[in-house]
Amino acid sequence: MKLQTDPAAGTGNAQRGAQGAAGREGTGASTSATFTAVPVRHPWRWVAIAGVAVLAAMLVNTILTNPRFEWSVVGEYFTSQTLLDGLRLTLILTAVVMAAGIALGVVLAIMRLSANPVLSGAAGGYIWLFRGTPVLVQLIFWFNLAALYPRLSLGIPFGPEFVVLDANALITPFVAAVLGLGLNEAAYMAEIVRAGIQSVDEGQTEASSALGMRRMMTMRRIILPQAMRVIIPPTGNETISMLKTTSLVSVISVGDLLYSSQIIYSRTFQTIPLLITASIWYLLVTTVLTFVQGGIERRYSRGSTRNAPTSLSRRLLRNLTTFHAKPPSPATTDPKGGIR
Amino acid sequence: MSAPASALGSATQDGSAGAATTVPMVKAENVHKNFGSLDVLKGIDLEVAPREVCCLVGPSGSGKSTFLRCINHLEKVDGGRLMVDGELVGYRQKGDRLYELKDREVAAKREEIGMVFQRFNLFPHMTALENVMEAPLRVKRESKRSARERGVALLERVGLADKRGAYPNQLSGGQQQRVAIARALAMKPKLMLFDEPTSALDPELVGEVLDVMRQLADEGMTMIVVTHEMGFAREVGDALVFMDGGVVVEFGHPRDVLTNPQHKRTQAFLSKVL
Ligand SMILES: Nc1ncnc2c1ncn2[C@@H]1O[C@H](COP(=O)(O)OP(=O)(O)OP(=O)(O)O)[C@@H](O)[C@H]1O
Ligand SMILES: [Mg+2]
Repeated sequence: MKLQTDPAAGTGNAQRGAQGAAGREGTGASTSATFTAVPVRHPWRWVAIAGVAVLAAMLVNTILTNPRFEWSVVGEYFTSQTLLDGLRLTLILTAVVMAAGIALGVVLAIMRLSANPVLSGAAGGYIWLFRGTPVLVQLIFWFNLAALYPRLSLGIPFGPEFVVLDANALITPFVAAVLGLGLNEAAYMAEIVRAGIQSVDEGQTEASSALGMRRMMTMRRIILPQAMRVIIPPTGNETISMLKTTSLVSVISVGDLLYSSQIIYSRTFQTIPLLITASIWYLLVTTVLTFVQGGIERRYSRGSTRNAPTSLSRRLLRNLTTFHAKPPSPATTDPKGGIR
Repeated sequence: MSAPASALGSATQDGSAGAATTVPMVKAENVHKNFGSLDVLKGIDLEVAPREVCCLVGPSGSGKSTFLRCINHLEKVDGGRLMVDGELVGYRQKGDRLYELKDREVAAKREEIGMVFQRFNLFPHMTALENVMEAPLRVKRESKRSARERGVALLERVGLADKRGAYPNQLSGGQQQRVAIARALAMKPKLMLFDEPTSALDPELVGEVLDVMRQLADEGMTMIVVTHEMGFAREVGDALVFMDGGVVVEFGHPRDVLTNPQHKRTQAFLSKVL
């Protein structure tokens, strides 16, 4: 109120003369009829803010001034071929492991919920074993499988063998990495998927059964799409977590992002700058994955909120258009929303 | 207890359409069902003729829903025989043995029986039209075009032509239930089961759902309706079954049963709901 009337009052005599009594009445009314609300003061909050600000300044200062961070080295190696190859392998490994983990996890979850006690028990045992032992141990175990079974064969159980393979040749470091991380991840995914399936109302199964849909179709068309809403957020977390967990494979000398930086710093002894370089890459990718996760979550929230979901790109578009002072066009508020 | 009920049932049929020779749409013979030690159905005998509307009433826990769910094998019958359109539900008889049907065979039978639930049970991740199209597309493998055409027509028939793109949570209870009826009709069932279709609705929305059901009855659909709407039973029903404690206590034309109940338990129940 004040802010708006003040400039008007100060715009000169001509206007004041024209508006005359009306303007004066307005300000008079506002001062007599309104009270100034004084918000609660938070003195300690200001102390805390000051403390955080000082710490942040110290951090920035040391990062910039401590020459041993060697930022020029970070810049030099950031896009080096070795690191990019490592990054590529990390991404591939994460994708393969998560795909395997999700696929096996869905199967395990369905088994776990089966009325058949053998299937349910087998899935339970699997989850118990793979969640109960450290993933690093599992990685090293698969890497050394040849010590346990020098030859692996394909054939009829207890019967003739068709193909005999040398375990040492078959279990390359990459295969060991996929097995170790993937089988472990499946156990976690199974629990996530099970919780998702169980979150869907039983009436849904009844309705689709009553329509003549068979069990597997009901699962695929009705239950899993609804379970997705519960499954996706933790799966996103698992993926982001897996991206970083893949760095464990450096112990079995798989050339991932961390291992690649280790190769370089074992030669140049620029340990800290190369760890920073790798970390920046990890941070970049997790940031991107976080955005992707948000998009997918909106895609599967269809029908769960009354307001049509809006995708990140749409909101971004809307923000941009409003920034340019254009009203949002009908296309940007398409009720179907979601990404295609 | 149940023998006179079934006798009464066939008497009604003879009276209604002179259809003594037609196969009953639903025929229950001494149907038993128990959950663990709890006997829920203790020998149900019932016949429902084609084109007949049979209303099922009774106090809570009397086994109405359980019986309805037995008819499309959502619950397994533990004793007795249940036939739909002359075929055993959920089992195949060979000699004096009953063999349980496979998932695929049970599903095929259920296609012919529509069911409408108290809590609608629409698929929340699909629009109204997608809900209606889902089973014809996936189960009957109809072409997208024909499924869509019929879906649109069915939604129009239940008065929701303009709501085809709405998700269930954007619809009122009455609208949801009408979509659910359209969804069941999309499979062209020969029998419709309604389990308290209006009990979860606000009073002012009950009418729109009952109107759709009345229209369906007029078109000759065979219906079994569990309901507390005695007005609907009196007006639309051809038969009224009063169940209590897992048995059929009384059976007859709704007019007779409602105005002149013979059994004490029926009288006590009706005095409370009428
Ligand atoms: N899956 C089940 N497991 C154990 N008991 C059950 C199950 N389903 C139903 N019952 C029991 O069977 C009895 C009959 O239930 P039912 O739902 O058929 O009654 P109803 O006549 O439909 O009652 P209402 O009018 O409240 O819907 C109740 O005592 C109920 O607790
Ligand atoms: Mg019930």
